[in-house]
Amino acid sequence: MSKLLLVGRLALRGLRGRPAQAALLLLAITAASATLTMALVLHGVTSHPYARTRAATNGPDIVALLGQGGVTVGPGPKGRPPKGGSAGGPHGPQGSVAQIEAQATGLIHAHGVTAHSGPFEEAGAVLKVRGLAVSIQVEGRGQARAGVDQPKLTAGSWVRPGGIVLERAFGGALGVSVGDRITLDGRPFTVAGLAVTAAETPYPNLCFTGGCNTGIPGDQQLEGHGAGLGWVTQPDVRVLAAADGPESAAYVLNLKLSDPASAPAFIRAYYRGHPQGGPVNLLSWQSIATGDALLVTDEQQVLTPGAWLLGLLAMASVAVLVAGRMSERTRRVGLLKAVGGTPGLVAIALLAENLILAVAAAVAGLVIGRLAAPLIASPGAGLVGTPGAPSLTLSIAGQVIAVSLIVALAATLVPAIRAARTSTVGALADAARPPRRRATLIKLAARLPVPLLFGLRLVARRPRRAVLGAASIAVTVTGLVAVVAFHDLAGQKRLGAAAGLGDPIASRDEQMLLVLTVALVTLAALNAIVTAWATVLDARHSTALARALGASPRQVSAGLATAQVIPALPGAIVGVPLGIGLFAAASGAGHVVVPPAWWLAGIVLATLVVVAGLTSIPARIGTRSPVAAVLGQEA
Amino acid sequence: MLRARDLCRQYGRDDSLVRAVDHVDLDVAAGETLAVMGPSGCGKSTLLHLLGGLDRASAGELWVAGQRIDQMSERGLAAIRRSGVGFVFQAFHLMDELTAVENIELPLLLAARPARTARRRAVQLLDQIGLADRARHLPSQLSGGQQQRVAIARALANEPLIVLADEPTGNLDSEATLEVLRLFERLHDAGQTLVVVTHDARIAATADRLISMRDGAFIDETRLTGGTTGSLGALAGLEG
Repeated sequence: MSKLLLVGRLALRGLRGRPAQAALLLLAITAASATLTMALVLHGVTSHPYARTRAATNGPDIVALLGQGGVTVGPGPKGRPPKGGSAGGPHGPQGSVAQIEAQATGLIHAHGVTAHSGPFEEAGAVLKVRGLAVSIQVEGRGQARAGVDQPKLTAGSWVRPGGIVLERAFGGALGVSVGDRITLDGRPFTVAGLAVTAAETPYPNLCFTGGCNTGIPGDQQLEGHGAGLGWVTQPDVRVLAAADGPESAAYVLNLKLSDPASAPAFIRAYYRGHPQGGPVNLLSWQSIATGDALLVTDEQQVLTPGAWLLGLLAMASVAVLVAGRMSERTRRVGLLKAVGGTPGLVAIALLAENLILAVAAAVAGLVIGRLAAPLIASPGAGLVGTPGAPSLTLSIAGQVIAVSLIVALAATLVPAIRAARTSTVGALADAARPPRRRATLIKLAARLPVPLLFGLRLVARRPRRAVLGAASIAVTVTGLVAVVAFHDLAGQKRLGAAAGLGDPIASRDEQMLLVLTVALVTLAALNAIVTAWATVLDARHSTALARALGASPRQVSAGLATAQVIPALPGAIVGVPLGIGLFAAASGAGHVVVPPAWWLAGIVLATLVVVAGLTSIPARIGTRSPVAAVLGQEA
Repeated sequence: MLRARDLCRQYGRDDSLVRAVDHVDLDVAAGETLAVMGPSGCGKSTLLHLLGGLDRASAGELWVAGQRIDQMSERGLAAIRRSGVGFVFQAFHLMDELTAVENIELPLLLAARPARTARRRAVQLLDQIGLADRARHLPSQLSGGQQQRVAIARALANEPLIVLADEPTGNLDSEATLEVLRLFERLHDAGQTLVVVTHDARIAATADRLISMRDGAFIDETRLTGGTTGSLGALAGLEG
C-alpha cells in the first residue's frame, strides 16, 4: 500500500512539474477517446424516432408492393428496370390487374393480418421545380384518414385535387414549402403539405428496402442518389399512371399483424406458400427501420475508422512526448535509484504518470463524446421525434478507457523500461542517450547541401523518432486521402445527378469528416511540432557545435526542419494507398475510389510544406540559444 | 589579426549585474600565441567566446582580420567562424556518432567543400596529428588526448586565421597534455595565430605573451620569449 502511495505521489509530482506536456498528452488522448465514444454511443439512436413515427402514423408491419411491371425490386438504392420491362420480382412477372387484386385479397385474409389499408395505386413521375428534375414515387390516397399508414402532416394540409403532399426529408432537399408550385410529368401541382411516414424509408433511401416506383429508367438513375416520395389524390395518380401505360400499374398494400415482431417470418412463410408468384415485394417494418437508420449508420462508418486514426495519432503523440519527457528526466531517474528505488519502481512511477493521464483523458473523452453525440444523432427530417439519449453503457466506458490505456501503455512502456535500466551514475550525470550511428546515411549526407546533411544525420541519430514521425504523417495522410476519396465520390454523384438536390446523408457525412479532418490535422500538427521540439532539444549540443564550426542559424534550422520532412515524405506517400484502402473498407460497399492524381500529389506536397513550416518554428527557436551557453552546459 | 576595444560582456542587471568581461582592450598580431590566465570565473572563457563570435559583447568594438564583427549579423558571424576562426574546447565537443575523420571533415562540409576534397583534407590532418590509424574510430574509442588532437585537427580544417583554445588541456592527464602541447608548438612554428585560455601555468609559459585576468578585466601582461624559441615542452617542464 505504501509503495502504491509512493508511486501515486511520484506520478502526480511528475505531472505537476510538466503541466504543458501533461496538457498536450491529455488533449491527444481525449480527442481519440471522444471520437470513439461518439462512434460507440450512436448505436441504435434512431430506433426511438422510428418508433415514434410508427406510432404517430399507425405504421404498417408489412408493406406489399403489387404490380404488373415497372416496379423496382432488389436491395439497395439501385435503379429499376426500364418502363415497360418485366417486373423482375423475386417471384417473376405478375399477371393482370385481376391477379393483383387476388394477391391483395390473399394477403388481407392471410393468417395473422389484423388490419390493412389500400391497395393504393402508385405512379412514377418526374418532378420539376426551379430547374430541378427529380424522380418521384407518388401514391394515390383518399381524403379520408387511412387506418394503417396515415402519413403524419408536419406542415400544410392533406391531399386535394392538384395538391401534393411531399415526404418531409424530400421536400427539405428540394427546398420547397407549402404553397410552392411544382410539376409532375409536366402537370402542375401545388405543394399542399409535408408529412412523414413509417411505411417507406425517407429520402434519399426510398429504394433502399427494394420497393420503389419512380418511373425513371434504371440507367438514368445514379446509384445512391435516391428518389422522393409524395402523396396525391387517387384521380391524380390515375392520370399520372395512365401516362405510364397500363402495364406499369402498381399498388401498395399496408398490413398490420397481430404480432408485429413476426413480420419477417410472415414474409418467409408467405413466399413459401406462393412459389409460383405473389406480390412483387413484401417489406417488413424492421427492414424499413434499418433503412431509416442509414443516416446514423453512415456516421458510424465515418466515425469508427476516424476514431482509430485519431487513436493511432494519439499514440504517436504520446510516444514522442513521453520520449521527450524521459530524456529530460534522466536525472530524476538517477535520484530515485540513488535513494533506493528499484528499476521496477522507477518504471512503474514513469508509467503511472501517463496511465493517470490516459484515464483522465478517457473520462474527459467519454463526457465530451456523450455530450456531443446527440448533436450528430438527429434522425433527420424523415422521422418525427428526437432521438433517444445515446446510451453510455459500462461496456462502452470500459472500451474507451481500455483503448486510452493501451494507447498510453504502448507508447510509454519501452521508454519507461529503458529509463529504469539506465545506470544510476549515468542518470545522475544527466548524460544524454547516445545517438545511433548510421554509417551509410552519414556518408551519403556528406555529399548533400548543408541543410540536407544536417537533416539526414539527425534522422540517423534517432531512427525510432523518425519512424514515429513517418507513422504520424502516414496516419494523417490516410485520413485526408479517405476524406478526399469521399468528396470525389460525392462530387461524381452530384455531377451525375445534375439535379442539384441536397443529400442529407452526404451532408451529415461531410460534417463528420470536416470535424474528423480538423481533429486529425490538429493532432498531426501537434505531433510535428512536438517531434521537432524533441529533436531540437536532443540535438541542441550538435547544432550548437555545428554553429561553432561555422553553420549559420538558417542552415541549422533548415536542417532541423529537414529532419522532420525526410521521414514525412515516405509517411505521406504510404498514406495515399492506405487512405484509398481505408475509404474502400469504411464505405462498406468496397468502393475503390482513386481521387485525381493531382489531388493526391497536392496532399503529399501540402503535407510536406506544412510539416516544414510547422517544424521551422521550434527549429528557429532552438537556434536562438547562444552557442557558448549550450556548449558550456554540455561541457 | 585580432583587435578589441573597450569590450564588455555583462549578465543580469542592478544588484545581480555580473561583468564577465569588463572594458578589455586587446591586440593579437598574426602568428602570435597569446595565453590568457586567471582563476575560475574570471571571464577568460567568455572573452574567448566573444573573440570567436560565439557570444555577443554588451559593448565595445571587435575586429577579426580587419573586419568589425561586434555588430555583425548571426549569418556573418557564422561565416567568420567557418573560415576565420577555429575553436578548441576543453570538453573536446566531438560528435559522438561520427568517427574521427568524419568529425574533422565536418567544418569542410559546412564550408561547402566537395565531399571528396573534405575527406582528403581530413585524412591529411589526421596524418599530421599522428592519428591516421584511428580515422574510423568513434570518439568513445579514443583516449582523451587523442580526442583533443582530433578536435584541434577539426579546428584547423578550414585553415583559420586564428585558433581559439579554451582550456585545451583541462580534461587531460600529463601525457595527453604533452601530446597537445607538441601539436600547438607545431602550429606556432607554422605561424598560426593562437589564443589559449588556461589556468595552467605550464601551458601559459609556452606563449609569446601572457595576459592575466581577474573579475573580467586584464590585470597584467607579460611578454615571454619561450614561446618563440626552444622547446615548448621543455619550457613547460613536461619532458623529462
